[in-house]
Amino acid sequence: MLISYLKLAVKVLLRRKLFTAVSLFGISFTLVVLTVVVAMLDHMITPMAPETRIERTLALYQIQLFGPDGRRGRTESGYALVDRYLRDLPGVERLSLVSSRREVSAYAPGGPIICTVRRTDADYWKILDFAFLEGGPFTADDVRNASLVAVISEATRRRFFGDGLASGATIDTDGRRFRVVGVVPNVSQLRPLASGDIWVPHTTEKAEDYRTNIRAGGYWGLFLAHSRADFPRIQEEMLSRLRAVPVAAETQRRFDRIAAYAETPTQTVARVYGGPLFDLRRVEGPPNLRHFFGVLGGLALLFMLLPTVNLVNLNVSRILERASEIGVRKAFGATRRTLVGQFVVENVVLTLVGGLLGLLIAQGVLAAITSSGLIPYAEFRLNWRVFLWGLAIAVFFGLLSGVYPAWRMSRLNPVEALKGGVR
Amino acid sequence: MSEGTMIRLEGVEKVYRTTAIETVALTAVNLAVAAGEFISVMGPSGCGKSTLLNLMGLLDAPSAGTIAVNGTPIASYRDKDVAALRNKEIGFIFQSFHLIPDLSIVDNVEIPLLYRPLSARERRERALKALDRVGLSSRVFHFPSQLSGGQQQRVAIARAIVGGPRIVLADEPTGNLDSQMGDEIMALLHGLHENEQATIVMVTHDPQRAEKTQRIVRLFDGRQVH
Repeated sequence: MLISYLKLAVKVLLRRKLFTAVSLFGISFTLVVLTVVVAMLDHMITPMAPETRIERTLALYQIQLFGPDGRRGRTESGYALVDRYLRDLPGVERLSLVSSRREVSAYAPGGPIICTVRRTDADYWKILDFAFLEGGPFTADDVRNASLVAVISEATRRRFFGDGLASGATIDTDGRRFRVVGVVPNVSQLRPLASGDIWVPHTTEKAEDYRTNIRAGGYWGLFLAHSRADFPRIQEEMLSRLRAVPVAAETQRRFDRIAAYAETPTQTVARVYGGPLFDLRRVEGPPNLRHFFGVLGGLALLFMLLPTVNLVNLNVSRILERASEIGVRKAFGATRRTLVGQFVVENVVLTLVGGLLGLLIAQGVLAAITSSGLIPYAEFRLNWRVFLWGLAIAVFFGLLSGVYPAWRMSRLNPVEALKGGVR
Repeated sequence: MSEGTMIRLEGVEKVYRTTAIETVALTAVNLAVAAGEFISVMGPSGCGKSTLLNLMGLLDAPSAGTIAVNGTPIASYRDKDVAALRNKEIGFIFQSFHLIPDLSIVDNVEIPLLYRPLSARERRERALKALDRVGLSSRVFHFPSQLSGGQQQRVAIARAIVGGPRIVLADEPTGNLDSQMGDEIMALLHGLHENEQATIVMVTHDPQRAEKTQRIVRLFDGRQVH
């Protein structure tokens, strides 16, 4: 029976070329937008080199401050605070501190250029899993001795050294001369923890103040947990330790309590991109993922609603044209359920074809975004995860736009249906 | 109910109601069609012939009265129950053929078998056999639009008999055909009646064709006239 439905579906779709084309356009266009968005989200949160351990990593970017009279604030997390209060948390296998990307000027053979520098420790290279193209990371000794050594990205090597090797050579940046010890592949700028141009030991920082002043910002904490199951325990301990911070004294009594919520990559994405949606600054705690994905899902549904309503409309008129067929099938023993099945199969076939088309176009769009360099070093791929998402969305479409008209039509009285076919 | 009755209608009434008006299509119809009987239903347009046929074919439910098919009164008109009965016991032939244009001849004939637990191969074999019986073996992969009216009606007959129903209901089967094609169709129906002992109820406007059936039921304004 299914084969007969499939055969009929293909014939019906081929016969109504305009209808098929309009439907396919609607489905594939919507799918292209959705899959591109999903691919971007996917690109920001899935484990990929060098963030292969991202699933058990928590990142602390911000400190939340609370004062009398409901006063609230947020500030970037800093080296001294994390170093003094948040080391050796239970459940944490390794902790690294890494600065945000800071723009500096550098002197390349072609003239001065702007690039970004990150300062960090030796553990950074153990939490992240860079596949070094040349040399290796700087060591704990380098950090302790404030050695002027640097790891650079592939793109930075090209800017300074062209096609040549960089290990052992020097680069002049941030007012100092660093010796290159390693070269790593480029990382997409949408991965805030791992992307960068130049990494140097944090001890090469010009001012010493960042290591002692707990009000200083600019450094993010990277906590590698033994497993995800440790996350709640780590978070709880973090909050408890921060109660010891003399907040009132440090802030001239403007604030009396601080809190820190370390984030998973998904939470980070929710905070950064969802912030304007529902002012997270007012909320204590990590971004509410349910809220974020609720809004995102709602938007996606709204976005899908238009083509779906359109499809339902087209389907009703298309199926109405086939009232006589419905009457005949009923007369010869089709139940409502089998008729619904038949029309849903037709629609699912249509949407799967539209889905496939949409996925192919999405692949093209993603390749175009990747090659345009709009987001440096980002490589968007239509991986199997995104593909399955797309497929699921297509089937959802098929059901959504097929079930209602099919159900309505299957309720046609056979006598009326047969009359309708005489027109 | 006597054993030999295939369709029995008792006090059957059919009223179509809309918010504004009430149209009585059939009133107080009592009719028994014996197993293996070939009857025709005659009457002017709008007298309720087709309504009667639709009620017999369980395509519609009566407003009052009872209908029994093959000795079993139809207790419920639930979709699932009547669908199964229609599939097993009844074959329909329509004036305007009602073939599905997107399906080949053989696929059209297979339709009643789709709703039975049969393998594709078995369906195909039975459909080909039915087409053979109506003399269309050479056209099985054509589409309806490629056939003449008479040929299309023969396909419809093949579709009506492919499931081996005991009742065939024909609503003006020759109404859209010229007289020669009409004669061919009538010959097929008479053959079906004689060889398969099928119970046939045919609505017709043509007195000559009606005369050739065993009994004529006449309707006028929704009532049986004698």
